Amino acid sequence: MQGPGVVWYVGISAFLFGIGALGVLVRRNPLIVLLSLEIMLNGANLALIAFARSAGNGAGQIFALAVMAVAASEVCVGLGLVVALHRRRLPLDVDKLSELRG
Amino acid sequence: MSTVIAVSAGNIVVWAVWAIAGFACLASGVAVISFSNPFYSALALIGNLGSLAVLYLLLSAEFVAAAQVLVYAGAVMVMFLFVIAYVGPQQETPWKGGPSWQTVGAVLAAGAIFVEIIVVLGLKAGGRLSHVEPVNATFGSPGWIGRLFLTDHLLAFEITSIVLLIAAVGGVILGEHTKRRDVGVEDAG
Repeated sequence: MQGPGVVWYVGISAFLFGIGALGVLVRRNPLIVLLSLEIMLNGANLALIAFARSAGNGAGQIFALAVMAVAASEVCVGLGLVVALHRRRLPLDVDKLSELRG
Repeated sequence: MSTVIAVSAGNIVVWAVWAIAGFACLASGVAVISFSNPFYSALALIGNLGSLAVLYLLLSAEFVAAAQVLVYAGAVMVMFLFVIAYVGPQQETPWKGGPSWQTVGAVLAAGAIFVEIIVVLGLKAGGRLSHVEPVNATFGSPGWIGRLFLTDHLLAFEITSIVLLIAAVGGVILGEHTKRRDVGVEDAG
């Protein structure tokens, strides 16, 4: 394998996961929270593909494709929720949407 | 002698592509969480996904890279941009009014997650990750992935289809329900 070793890719994936977690925790707009969630999923995907390359095994790539399908489903439901919030004229702010808080 | 020089030149090219793609990946990731306008965040995420596809290609995962560009940068991000345009401009200052206790806690939590990832990877897998198995040319090709999906990982393939079906049904139900509620509110008024 030419170029950087697998651990460099895993480092990038850790950075991406941290950035995404920061976005999910800090930002208040549900659209940007969803975008940050995508960054976290992609960080995990990069780690899976790097480990698949390291082991010479295809299971990691299959797992990454399954994660991609789950991410598409999650975006479908999340954007449906955002559109439903907008239609009912609720504020697009995850701090103010606290009716289900226990 | 000439093959040695060619191999090292290719090595440098791979390193350079990795550095450019990795930097673009991290910079666009930071841009996604720091833009106040969701539209710019979504555009930055498209750059993030594109540079990730380049990293996948360097890891010889050709089919996953193609699926990344088609599914994410194509379908998912177009849907995101449609919804952002539908909802309208939502200006939100990311760090308004100085750091509240929530922001400080979030930064601490994200930093803890990050340190944890680095430490776990360094301790547990650092020794094993220096070894890379040699693979042949079919590794990551569409035919190889399709064969794996239909033989070893058939259950994952079928469960993925059910998850997508449930998500589609859920999206339809969310849209339908709010429409009925809106009509009810108009009748009551």
